[in-house]
Amino acid sequence: MNSPLAAVRRVPRRTWIRYRFVFLVLAPVMALFIYLRIVPAGQALLMSLFDWGLIKPADHFVGLDNYVNLLSDDNFRLAFMNTTFFAVATTVISVVLALALAALLARFVTGRIGGALELLYFAPVLVSMVPVTLGWREIFNYQHGILNSALGLVGISRQAWLSDPTMALVGVVILSVWKQVGYNMIILIVGMRAIPHVFHEAAAVDGASAWQQFRWITMPLLAPVTLFVVVITTISAYNVFTQVYVLASDVQGAPGQLVRVLVYDIFENGFRFFKMGYASAEAMYLFAVILVLTVIQFRFLRGSAE
Amino acid sequence: MIRRRRTPLGSLTYWLVVAILLIGGIVMVFPLFWLVSTSLRPAPELLLVPPRLLPEQWTIANFQKVFDQAPMLTYLWNSLVFATISTVFILLTSATAGYIFAKFKFPGNNFLFMLVIATAIVPFEIYMVPLFLQMNALGLVNTPLGLFLPFLVLSYGIFFMRQNTISGVPDELLDAARIDGMSELRIMLQLVPRLLAPAMAALSILAFIQAWTAFIWPLLILNNPKYYPMELGLSQFANSSSVDFGMVAAGAVIAMLPALIAFLILRRRIVEGITLTGLKG
Repeated sequence: MNSPLAAVRRVPRRTWIRYRFVFLVLAPVMALFIYLRIVPAGQALLMSLFDWGLIKPADHFVGLDNYVNLLSDDNFRLAFMNTTFFAVATTVISVVLALALAALLARFVTGRIGGALELLYFAPVLVSMVPVTLGWREIFNYQHGILNSALGLVGISRQAWLSDPTMALVGVVILSVWKQVGYNMIILIVGMRAIPHVFHEAAAVDGASAWQQFRWITMPLLAPVTLFVVVITTISAYNVFTQVYVLASDVQGAPGQLVRVLVYDIFENGFRFFKMGYASAEAMYLFAVILVLTVIQFRFLRGSAE
Repeated sequence: MIRRRRTPLGSLTYWLVVAILLIGGIVMVFPLFWLVSTSLRPAPELLLVPPRLLPEQWTIANFQKVFDQAPMLTYLWNSLVFATISTVFILLTSATAGYIFAKFKFPGNNFLFMLVIATAIVPFEIYMVPLFLQMNALGLVNTPLGLFLPFLVLSYGIFFMRQNTISGVPDELLDAARIDGMSELRIMLQLVPRLLAPAMAALSILAFIQAWTAFIWPLLILNNPKYYPMELGLSQFANSSSVDFGMVAAGAVIAMLPALIAFLILRRRIVEGITLTGLKG
């Protein structure tokens, strides 16, 4: 007698009570999860295959048309280029700076002085994006912004930080690096302090210079942490929105159009033009990038754990 | 130990490095200083070229004007309520589900857990359009509930609490509590949280910051300033036509103040929390 029913009967009563408890606790949480995460994510994939609007949902199936049309959409291409440039520049600059800072603050400058310096670099992480972006908007102002005045002192002409698309992109990178570097620094400091002293001591005995120790001991042992920081910075940079929206939003009342990024373009297609299927296809392109980055991270983390 | 050799040359290098780091650090806090400084200057001084580092005539008029023109206290209150509700729910759902996934064997445990983890990979921006349509179908657009709902669960929170339960809650203790006749519910809600206090503190800091700094969802779902959280309210205020730089700066200072005060009080906990939950961007 191996029927499923018999198998169920063989489960002891205490286990059933346990199962009931598991079910009662997990059911509401999973219900929230399914409704708020899994359904919309699946829906985004589905919608991307339809010509889907606000008033005429699921009107007709268009297959991969949205994906194909996006490839020749100038706004999307511009947004993709801008976002990629932004993500690469922000990640590279903020991680390199954070590595340098962490190398100095993890072991060399420590104690009270080190802690105070850490705090200075960490300060931008503590304040939220909108107020600091407004602060940078003043700093970047063409006429009376302090940045152009400071550049004038060293003989560099005024830059149109808030109206020239290229300079605005550079400005967003500056602002984002400034905001991100302290966070990356803290994670890298924790990673560096976790490297046992003995490695550096042994190398010092063998006459390795500070740079050699950093290059040949710290860097390889820190690689998993560095990769982690690179990936999360890149992912969050691909999702950039707030600073772009706020920074460029006093230009002719068209927030975010100056530096077009992917999330802004999705936002505009979805909520200004109500091309929701089209916007979802665009979101899938963004997701593809993020998925690749995530897979890279998992690969390497698993590789280094073995 | 060779570590602490302090030759005169080493000491010079040390102070040189400190000096360089200090200059960099001053550059880092300058934008924050600049906001405060701008918020305290009278209107005519805002247009000086080149600007002066400190106001010539200090004034708090900008702050008065901000409070006159924008419901800043309402925004602050909305943010506080939003972040608190979000934090409480995320703590509750993460701690309980994390505990169940960590300590109970049942059919589907792995599958459900993987389902939760899979959603952690998908950023909010990917599904904000369909989520908005769902909220629209329920009539929750432009309501506080519509704002709160997506912030009630956090997949990373469940993952984080599961890991901490595995490493921080011994099975023997749970069995002993059961033999003593403690109900499963009390074990989960009273005994286990006591063992996981640091992890829960770290998670609540993450959850609170996440809700406090949320921008795109409030922007999508709300159009009545009555419900705006601080971030959204401030950005809309800064774009209204009647404000000058001094007022924008004053508004920004008002928005930054709670976070800075909270940090000064909870400094150690917050840094610990950020590094402990570092996995989340």
